[in-house]
Amino acid sequence: MKRYKDEGVRVVDSHYKVPGRVKWALMDKLLLGLSPKQYIIQAVRNPYNWVLAAIFAVGLPIIAMRFILGLGSVTHSSCDYPWGLILDFGLFSMVPLSSSGFQLGTTVEIFGRHDFEPIERLALLNGLLGYFFAVVYLLVDLGQPWRLPYPMVVAYGPVAVLFLVGWHVATYLSVQVCEVSVAFFEWIGFPLGKQGVRKITLGLTVAGIILSTLHQGALGALYNYAPGKVHPLWYSSAFQWLHFFVSSIPGGLCMVIVVSTIARKTMAWRCDDRFLDNLDNLTISLAKGASMGLITYLVIKLMGIAHDNKWEYLATGYGTWYLLEMGVGVLLPLILFAHGIRNKMVGLVRFSAFLTVFGVVLNRLNTGFITFNWKMAEREVPTWQEFMMAITLFCVYIAVWRFILYRLPILFTWKSADAYATASETSAGIKHGKNPEPVLAGEKW
Amino acid sequence: MKRRDFLKGCMACGTAATLVVSNQAWGIGTFEGYPEVMGVLVDLTRCVGCRTCEAACNREQKLPAPDEPFDDKSVFKEKRRPTEKAYTVVNRYDTNSPKGPVYRKIQCNHCNEPACLSSCFVNAYTKTSEGAVIYNSKVCVGCRNCLIACPFNVPGYSYSSAFNPVVKKCIFCYDTRLKYGKPPACVEVCPQEVLTFGHRNDLLRIGRERIKEKPERYVDHIFGEKEVGGTSWLYLAGVDFDKVGFDTTMSNDPILSNVKDFLGIVPMVLTIWPALFTGFHLLATKNKDHADHDNGHSGQEVGKP
Repeated sequence: MKRYKDEGVRVVDSHYKVPGRVKWALMDKLLLGLSPKQYIIQAVRNPYNWVLAAIFAVGLPIIAMRFILGLGSVTHSSCDYPWGLILDFGLFSMVPLSSSGFQLGTTVEIFGRHDFEPIERLALLNGLLGYFFAVVYLLVDLGQPWRLPYPMVVAYGPVAVLFLVGWHVATYLSVQVCEVSVAFFEWIGFPLGKQGVRKITLGLTVAGIILSTLHQGALGALYNYAPGKVHPLWYSSAFQWLHFFVSSIPGGLCMVIVVSTIARKTMAWRCDDRFLDNLDNLTISLAKGASMGLITYLVIKLMGIAHDNKWEYLATGYGTWYLLEMGVGVLLPLILFAHGIRNKMVGLVRFSAFLTVFGVVLNRLNTGFITFNWKMAEREVPTWQEFMMAITLFCVYIAVWRFILYRLPILFTWKSADAYATASETSAGIKHGKNPEPVLAGEKW
Repeated sequence: MKRRDFLKGCMACGTAATLVVSNQAWGIGTFEGYPEVMGVLVDLTRCVGCRTCEAACNREQKLPAPDEPFDDKSVFKEKRRPTEKAYTVVNRYDTNSPKGPVYRKIQCNHCNEPACLSSCFVNAYTKTSEGAVIYNSKVCVGCRNCLIACPFNVPGYSYSSAFNPVVKKCIFCYDTRLKYGKPPACVEVCPQEVLTFGHRNDLLRIGRERIKEKPERYVDHIFGEKEVGGTSWLYLAGVDFDKVGFDTTMSNDPILSNVKDFLGIVPMVLTIWPALFTGFHLLATKNKDHADHDNGHSGQEVGKP
């Protein structure tokens, strides 16, 4: 894409092919303004596509097998470890990493911090896709996925924590679809829809906070059903839900840093100056939030151990593993964040954001199956097909991410007709001067 | 005041008081099981590991033929658990006692307050007044939260089925026997009288009597009397329970009590957060250009009740 842009190909970033006169057709918008031939050439030239294709070639047949021959044909299907890799990675790890939507929504819409706007949509989309794919992973893992709506319409088990998770994730998904739909309405050209959603933004955002608090916590509370199976160091009788909720805060913020880093590296052509110029400062700001989340998390984890007086377990092998998880996933990022934020070292901050994300995922995997059933002699080892399914679904997730980022105004601002005209005039006027500052009339239509 | 009004007043107050009392009982009370609940007392000191109960269960529940025949003793080499193919299994524990190896039958213990039931988001489980914990495969989504929640690792899942995988576990022969007051198949067939069927309260009394009569034969504990809120199936043993595969660190509280704290927070968050965060919004954006910025979307509707 970079090559095309250098060659002078106009990539769709407004409704107008020719400012004020000719509009892009939907097909043009889908093809980013390229001709079909150009589009295919860039797709074939992109090495990532070949990696994705190779993974899909192996993974999709395995997923098909799971649906045709049953879970038993491809998974370890253990009754002692009913929640294996697919669920622990896809649902329990993806959901905390997707808390970014409600956090940035709150920052911008509740606290009125409009300086975060350049990254707000990226955070909202990260939330939406994370939740959506958590449900996709769930559908692959459920015994009878076609019955997923049952807790909503057929049979109710309201005292179950999972009942709450189901309802909240479903509701929150719709909330997030609404929040992200603003970008979609801009792209498709439906100003009424955008205005409608903007009217209820505050309500949506507050709903997002409520639903997130509860179901992030509820995912932790699910493990309160298994006090004898979850290892004591990963189990807290009183604070399990808080541990999950609080760790989702740095998890979500760091995931935004990770995603923005990748987007900046791999699709710089799609980012506009508003995004690129603000990104470093915003990364530092997000890292500040993440640090506060991490330090809180560290302290309440220690409180959890103190509350149940479980210090002795730290001296065991599992204790070492626990200290490693906390050291690499919490303490080290905290130190690096402190150093990076103080000295404005954005690279270091990005690196520790990666570490934090890794730490959150490791925590969920540890709770869910690495140390699960610690009293049993045998440990669960997922089959290679399970790994492959988890990776394949993750690649679908990446592909969808990319598809949306290429098109919807997430990394760039959608230009309205007059804004575009002004912008092109200005840049034409000072064509050979310094870098032209983009002149944008905000998000107004 | 007329006498009639006075009486009416008394009645009203009385009713109100009763209501308040019963509400409290509903709110914070713990459920200790139905009064006439049935159960089975398993006396491990009598079991010889003949596996007849396994065969009877297989027949009664129309389960698939086993991998090894029921008279094959080689299965004792490993510790088995109930699966989709076997609702009950007998394991051998080579304790160092002079009494020889101990055999233990495993099946669903039919908890008074079952973890599988309270963890199920489609309410597929029912604790019947007879004591059985039964399962409705028609609504089961297959999340397998019950397998996570069961403190005894009892439910199995038919992973092998592609289109109708369900939870498979002992249902106390509810459909075919218990409903009609008959003992389950395993109890009826046991040649050693290891299993005694009866009212749970009677079984507890029988258990205590056996311990009292032969204190040298039994450990002074009935497993299942109090564990995780009490179970319908009760165990007597001649050796320490942890030596024969029981988890003796189990709490006496039902599993549900572990999640009650969290469930109590839910309505509070639902009611407090909206006002709290709308309040934050008003405080944070007062006299700022927030409202102008996005076409005045906020501010106005916040004031509405």
